[in-house]
Amino acid sequence: MIRIANGQGFWGDWLEAPVRLVEQGPIDYLMLDYLAEVTMSILQKQKAADPALGYARDFPPLIGRIAGRLRERGVRVLANAGGVNPVACAREVRRLAPGLKVAVVLGDDILDSLDELLAAGHEMRNMDTGEPLSTIRDDIQSANAYLGAFPIAEALATGADVVITGRCTDSALALAPMIHEFEWKQDDFDLLAAGTIAGHVIECGAQSTGGNSQVDWQSIPDMANIGFPILEMEPDGTFAVTKHAGTGGRVTAAVVKEQLLYEIGDPRRYMMADCVSDFTTIRLHDEGHDRVRFTGIRGGPRPETLKVSISYHYGWKAVGTLVYTWPQALAKAQAADRIVRAHVDELGLKFEKIHTEFFGVNACLGPAAPVVADPAEVELRMGVRGTDRKAVDRFTRELIPLVLNGPPGATGYSDGRPKVREIVAYWPALIPREAIRARVEVVE
Amino acid sequence: MKIPLSRVAHTRSGDKGDLSNIGVIAHEERHYPVLLREVTAERVKARFGDLVRGRVERYELPNLGALNFLLYEALDGGGTISLRTDAQGKTHGAALLAMEIEVDPGEL
Repeated sequence: MIRIANGQGFWGDWLEAPVRLVEQGPIDYLMLDYLAEVTMSILQKQKAADPALGYARDFPPLIGRIAGRLRERGVRVLANAGGVNPVACAREVRRLAPGLKVAVVLGDDILDSLDELLAAGHEMRNMDTGEPLSTIRDDIQSANAYLGAFPIAEALATGADVVITGRCTDSALALAPMIHEFEWKQDDFDLLAAGTIAGHVIECGAQSTGGNSQVDWQSIPDMANIGFPILEMEPDGTFAVTKHAGTGGRVTAAVVKEQLLYEIGDPRRYMMADCVSDFTTIRLHDEGHDRVRFTGIRGGPRPETLKVSISYHYGWKAVGTLVYTWPQALAKAQAADRIVRAHVDELGLKFEKIHTEFFGVNACLGPAAPVVADPAEVELRMGVRGTDRKAVDRFTRELIPLVLNGPPGATGYSDGRPKVREIVAYWPALIPREAIRARVEVVE
Repeated sequence: MKIPLSRVAHTRSGDKGDLSNIGVIAHEERHYPVLLREVTAERVKARFGDLVRGRVERYELPNLGALNFLLYEALDGGGTISLRTDAQGKTHGAALLAMEIEVDPGEL
């Protein structure tokens, strides 16, 4: 049995979680997930400004902080912290933790070879809209294939203490140690599916240990010290999800089911780089004491294509708010909305979208929101987006004047006018597996 | 009798681009047939009105006593494009909890 823990569900997750995972109990592998869909474009811009950047900057100091413990306990780390510059990330880790051996997985970054790939006939059409990539070619800021677990397992085989990747499937970071330790092969579909589902369960951190969990949420113990998830994986593909003893949170079948269903599509065909997994074959056994066991998982062969994530400049947006108070807070906010829209029309500002929410009334739940007769306060929240940055900027000047010029009782404007922000959008596509060549390097 | 869905199920939701998904999970295995009968794709779609512009698909996971709903064109473009507070559909699950469903008292 090997223990694989996840200490970071996204870049910005709780900084103490990975430290506690190595200090509060036994684990063999620590995985850390840093890359959201559009993180890569931010990292490409940082790398363009400074060739030594372009990776998750939280990661090297973390490894520096826990290096002693990692060595002492023999814990190995897998992280997609490399972003668009895994080698620079590895060098910084080596500088801060000179005693650790570091390997990188390369080959996911296809930004510089996009034109060759397009010329070779790979259209990389948008999976949602069907449009070919050529329609946004000049606006592209990053392009990365989602690598699977086998190159990461190869990096573990070098003996590295820390393996740094760029873009890979989140669950591959958990699956790689299983492939490495148990010598699972590419056609062990059921085992790979079990490892992929295990990775899916822990990849969002504490969402599988009681975080963001609806069932009896008020009775979940000690959420301030929530334990992050740990897999206890067997060579036959059965496993348990648990957390360190004495930590907060809760691991039950109900909690784990919520995470199993999180961000999945067709449950019979969960497609990842290494296999297709069938969620309808999972058998759960709630063993009590914060431990849920998984058996019965079946899978199928890996797809012939890899997913590619491309980010591109889409336009500009700004969102501003004003708070209106009782009485008739909603009516005041609605009147203010009409005034702003009238001004936008008179100024001839053109947007792809003007969006208004009445926060406190229906912003999140829309028509499903419970009706509140005359709420104490309502936040008018207005946003615009479009391709004309100047128009978006002009819009940002239309809200605060209403404090003096509009309905009574407006407040909450002390942060000033809203910022104009670039919209970097996400373009999901597929590419034949053979077009992508992953490779492993040990960084001295 | 009419009860809110939260009596028999809990939910979690998230996003993939402009699509949101909602997992609806029976508290007790014996409530799964109630979910199958009462929580249809049509009723979920109706619950969201203008928030969800596209179709709604339903998938069944009898082994977990759960349903998975995919809501297309549900997030005003999704991710970074969306101007909504909830650009990731994190609250779409909560929006289903108060949905009224019809059950026989013996089914509870």
